[in-house]
Amino acid sequence: MNTPAVLSDQIDAANPTAIIRVENLCKSYYLDGANGKSVELRVLIDINFSITSGEFVAIMGHSGSGKSTLMNVLGCLDSPSSGHYWLGQQDVATLSNDALASVRNRQIGFVFQGFNLLRRMTALDNVAAPLLYAGISRKAARQRAMSLLEQTGLDSFAMHHPNQLSGGQQQRVAISRALVNQPQLILADEPTGNLDTQTSHEIMLLFDRLNRESGITIMIVTHEDDIAACASRLIRLKDGRIIEDAATRHRQNHAMAARQ
Amino acid sequence: MNLLTITSEAVRALQANRLRTLLTMLGMIIGVAAVVLMLSIGQGAQTKINDAIASMGSNLLIVTPGATSAGGLRFGSGSIKTLTMQDAQAIAELSTVTASAPVVSGTAQLNYGANNWSTFLSGVTPDYFSISNWQIQAGEIFTESDLRAGARVTVLGAVSAKNLFGDEDPVGETIRIADRPFTVVGLLAAKGQALDGRDQDDRVLVPLTTAQRQILGNQFPGVVNFMLVQAASADSMEAAQQDITDLLRQRHRLFDGVENDFTVSNLTALASVASSAAKIMSWMLGAIASISLLVGGIGIMNIMLVSVTERTREIGIRMAIGANRRMILTQFLLEAMMICILGALIGILLGMGGAWLVSEIAGIQIVITLGMIILAVSFASIIGIFFGIYPARKASSLKPVEALHHE
Ligand SMILES: Nc1ncnc2c1ncn2[C@@H]1O[C@H](COP(=O)(O)OP(=O)(O)OP(=O)(O)O)[C@@H](O)[C@H]1O
Ligand SMILES: [Mg+2]
Repeated sequence: MNTPAVLSDQIDAANPTAIIRVENLCKSYYLDGANGKSVELRVLIDINFSITSGEFVAIMGHSGSGKSTLMNVLGCLDSPSSGHYWLGQQDVATLSNDALASVRNRQIGFVFQGFNLLRRMTALDNVAAPLLYAGISRKAARQRAMSLLEQTGLDSFAMHHPNQLSGGQQQRVAISRALVNQPQLILADEPTGNLDTQTSHEIMLLFDRLNRESGITIMIVTHEDDIAACASRLIRLKDGRIIEDAATRHRQNHAMAARQ
Repeated sequence: MNLLTITSEAVRALQANRLRTLLTMLGMIIGVAAVVLMLSIGQGAQTKINDAIASMGSNLLIVTPGATSAGGLRFGSGSIKTLTMQDAQAIAELSTVTASAPVVSGTAQLNYGANNWSTFLSGVTPDYFSISNWQIQAGEIFTESDLRAGARVTVLGAVSAKNLFGDEDPVGETIRIADRPFTVVGLLAAKGQALDGRDQDDRVLVPLTTAQRQILGNQFPGVVNFMLVQAASADSMEAAQQDITDLLRQRHRLFDGVENDFTVSNLTALASVASSAAKIMSWMLGAIASISLLVGGIGIMNIMLVSVTERTREIGIRMAIGANRRMILTQFLLEAMMICILGALIGILLGMGGAWLVSEIAGIQIVITLGMIILAVSFASIIGIFFGIYPARKASSLKPVEALHHE
């Protein structure tokens, strides 16, 4: 445990295709309690799992069970209180802020429940933004962003601002943005939480295709069983602990389900 | 991400949020314009007074008839006839005095061809020109022999010359003063306004004797209206004042206990009072300007801080998609700088335009210096850039998740 680099080599040797591996991961918040003492709120407790490249994982659990907290740590948007997190070969704890920014930019595509698009930019510029931070010229970035909007069926909305788009359209813009730097991993925290059933199915269809056709690893938080049914594996959290981690029996072909 | 992309990102952010950009810029514009306007007026007033003081001549004392405390009333009309040319000559002999210039004055009608002009006439001695710091623009001043002879020669002030001759050269021409022909021997260089606001160039000068005998028709020959005395140095002003007082009391045969029938005042001291008044005014305008700058600065600060929630979220999103701290700070710094530079430019133009308008409408002299522009721009820029970058510094030091959830 004292020499994470060595450990990480061992893990990689044991499981060469692991894209994510967490070990004894804990996350606590410290809240101001009565008489000035701070109260520890343990949100994630001893989380252990590893995820193989190409998996489609659903994370479920009651509200407040720590799903978002876990996703934020995995997405390098937040840091754990203790424990280890390896992303591919890298021990995330050893990365500088700039290196973390680069990881978020190139290796992970994060999809939020509330979309988190830049309000004052067109759909096209929103999708192109990660490419600009990757050092690609605006012209090339826009071309690539446009081809992604075509893939997600939004090319005719490229010049619209987020407030001129429906929720489903905004989420597809956000997914295009998450995909634009061709990451190996998509983390989606309740991506369909703000959408109706029909639109949810369309979004899940998109994730399903990305996973099947491009082999992108996907982790998705959801409250809905039929969304979770798209996944090949289900991790269930309760009060910050994993209480279930198993392959789903029949991974539903969501394309078929949507058509019926 | 290179600087060019970050710059265009900053421009986009400014364009996308026109109202915020405009309001921030407004604070900058008001602050800079107010400073430039106020300081240019203050500086103008001070320059004008300094010019007037410089044109007055140095180390000057003025001797006027009548007692300081009494004025004309108590001594009646007799009291204004106490100073004579002989007094002036005696004063000039004092060791603490360089020169003295007795003056008689009145008004006179000037004619040249069809033009006539009523102006202020002084009868003076040749020493008067050097004592009161007059420069000759063309021709020459009259001489001691002109003075002794009571010659009909005259030196014109710039305004009088302009009114009689237009752009013609007056030297050598003959004009009529109070219906008598005079030869113009010299033209004075313009001095502008005196401290009391009178135009010093609207005048005509003739030899003292000529004025007394031929124009003003004084019943008391040799009596003068006042005299200018130049002390030997700035340090000997008080000594000269005392010497003149002693000498005149003796010459006027005033016994102990009898009040002076004349007053010796220090013109240079009077001028410095005027100059410090101007300084106070210019400081006051400067204070008003600083307040405007402060108000403008608070305006900039408010609008930057009001938008901090929105901007913190924006920064959170940008970090989540891969922006590092340097990229975010550079973008925000550029945004603030663009607002400041553009606002400052508009502010400078507005301030200069306003100053020009004031000088045109109110006829006030204005002076705009690079220093005041630099002062205004740098102060406003410091505020603008500080409050532009401060929220960004704070937000970019948060974890992305904290910035995203900021409220
Ligand atoms: N910044 C924070 N400070 C203190 N407590 C927090 C903070 N963020 C989350 N929590 C707490 O951590 C716990 C887990 O929150 P989290 O958002 O991970 O839940 P979740 O499983 O995503 O729930 P939901 O399904 O409602 O989204 C909750 O009890 C929450 O109150
Ligand atoms: Mg959540």
